[in-house]
Amino acid sequence: MENAFGQPQNVIVLAGSSEIARAITKKLCAARARTVILAGRHQESLDDAAREALDYGASRTDTVLFDAEDVAGAARVVREAFDKVGDPVDLVLVAVGLLGNQVRDQSDAVAAARVVNVNFTWPVAALSEVRNRLLAQGSGRIVVISSVGAVRVRASAYLYGGAKAGLDRLCQGMADSLRGTGVSLHIVRPGAVRTRMTEGLAEVPFTTGVNEVATNVMKGLARGDEVIWSPPVLKYVYAVLRHLPGPLWRKVMDR
Amino acid sequence: MTRQRLFGWGRTTPGMSDVESPSSEDQVAEELALGGNAIARGLGRSYGDAAQVSGGVVLSNRALGGISAIAPDGVVTVGAGVSLDELLAVTIPQGWFVPVTPGTRQVSIGGAVAADVHGKNHHRDGSLGDHVLEMRLVTPVGRFRVSPSVEPELFWATIGGMGLTGVVTTVTLRLLRIETDKVLVDTSRHANLDDVMAAMLSGDDDYRYSVAWVDCMTKGAAMGRAILTRGEHATRRDVTDPTLEPPGRARLRVPFEAPSHLLNPLSIRAFNEVWFRSAPRQRVGEEQSLGAFFHPLDGVDDWNRLYGRRGFVQYQFAVADAKAECVVRAIDRLSSSGVPSFLAVLKRFGPANHAMMSFPISGWTLALDLPVGPSALPEVLDDLDEMVIDAGGRVYLAKDARLRPEAVRVMYPRLPEFLAVKNRVDPRHQLVSDLARRLHVVGR
Repeated sequence: MENAFGQPQNVIVLAGSSEIARAITKKLCAARARTVILAGRHQESLDDAAREALDYGASRTDTVLFDAEDVAGAARVVREAFDKVGDPVDLVLVAVGLLGNQVRDQSDAVAAARVVNVNFTWPVAALSEVRNRLLAQGSGRIVVISSVGAVRVRASAYLYGGAKAGLDRLCQGMADSLRGTGVSLHIVRPGAVRTRMTEGLAEVPFTTGVNEVATNVMKGLARGDEVIWSPPVLKYVYAVLRHLPGPLWRKVMDR
Repeated sequence: MTRQRLFGWGRTTPGMSDVESPSSEDQVAEELALGGNAIARGLGRSYGDAAQVSGGVVLSNRALGGISAIAPDGVVTVGAGVSLDELLAVTIPQGWFVPVTPGTRQVSIGGAVAADVHGKNHHRDGSLGDHVLEMRLVTPVGRFRVSPSVEPELFWATIGGMGLTGVVTTVTLRLLRIETDKVLVDTSRHANLDDVMAAMLSGDDDYRYSVAWVDCMTKGAAMGRAILTRGEHATRRDVTDPTLEPPGRARLRVPFEAPSHLLNPLSIRAFNEVWFRSAPRQRVGEEQSLGAFFHPLDGVDDWNRLYGRRGFVQYQFAVADAKAECVVRAIDRLSSSGVPSFLAVLKRFGPANHAMMSFPISGWTLALDLPVGPSALPEVLDDLDEMVIDAGGRVYLAKDARLRPEAVRVMYPRLPEFLAVKNRVDPRHQLVSDLARRLHVVGR
């Protein structure tokens, strides 16, 4: 069970080997997380993440394999993860995501749909089952990794940004639907983060490391923030950016 | 049946449960026969998650009422859902008081037994369990009448057992004779912690009731300045106009959740200053009503809302006399890390009783109300746990909302004994609370 400070004990991580997920998992384990179930695409990297969780204080870990392009399998993955926990699940972290290659993907129907499936459709399918399970439990929290790119979609990353925007808006509605149920949903909107996914790309302002994202997530969870920005200043930056007139927005964001 | 979002007095860790209100032993048994997770709940005054089970059935004991006639020797049998407030309204006019009362009358007898509550007289009279003669209990394997001589293990597992051995339906206890509804109170102001602790060590034995309020916000030489109040029930000779009136209703109410930052280091420091200055340096034999002396906070309904949306935690620990320095270190640690504490209560405990999971052990106890919010707080309390464990002490489960599972096993060395009794009357671990799950006492 979660304690008074919002520190969970039993945690499921979807895309458990993503770097942001690993950074958050480490911090959760350093606090109170003891049982950690990691789901992802590659057994080896999940095993790595599991070892790391144990190093940071978890006492029991397990893994579930899944392919985020297999939308029909999402509910099964969630059920398997919940069954492996056994006890009530306190926190489900949804960190599934694929940046893709905008230039290549935008002219390829299948590739474009893949970006949307991995960033939007699969997470939504998984969230539906997570929601059912947590409502039955009467407690628990969902943390969904969105992106500041979802707040206003840029031309140079409209597939990724658009899919995240869909997820972000859907989660706002889902969060509202969960009011008063004992279950809550938190949307994380990180700015650019230095990870494998962004390696080689030019660094934009407000870029942070994964540990800063994790720290901000921990603070947001403790406060119960519905939307967690990382770094927090982006909340104000985007309050301006999202309302810029189109020509100015394009000039600023897509130089 | 209604589905309700429940939390403890600290307003943290909410969970949804199905709430049932059985009004008889039969109905309690029927509920348990359904086989789902269940836990009893009284008035929800435990601070954390002790009286809720997310996704399970919460059995409100409030419909288990009834107060028997009081026997000439003060023995009375009370339905588990009767509150101390309701009980005192009946007993005080007849010249009887409860043998032990916590800082509020708004607790059910069943809940008070499950937490084995203590009061200002623990150093003399022990905790509530020491005054219980008999209880009726419904468990998943059947009904029991338990007492210190009949089913003694189950009796002493149920006292302080946090509801995990069954649903208490009636409690038989012995009341205390009083001649008036007044307490004669001696008050003294103390410049620092050493001073007040010395006064308590040397003088508490002369009083039935004793408690000190400690200011945790001052540093340096005035660290832990305190107001000590001690008292005795007034006899007819002590007062000019002896009466036996029950305490009145709360006159004030906090109507909504305060902004989260209402209680901050600045406002708490200011409050403490006023509180300290307004206490007399030394006053002897002041007449106070029972309500004003024992339950000052009952004057304000829903005062927990003052802590705002994020709520608060109470940290209460007990250590032996030889480890008195823990009290100093705890207050020092809190005040140096800027974690504000609104109320800190210091008391002496007498010897522990036979209850396996009862909190009090001979020595000192300190209770601190702490608003959730300061980022240092979780770690500071984890450090205090270590200090308490090293000192052979423990933290009070009825107040807890954040302890580590591993810590409970060390603090309560009789846990295996308790679990053996639980396994006998609840082999499938149907009786479970969010607290029990969080502390890995029971997993389900």
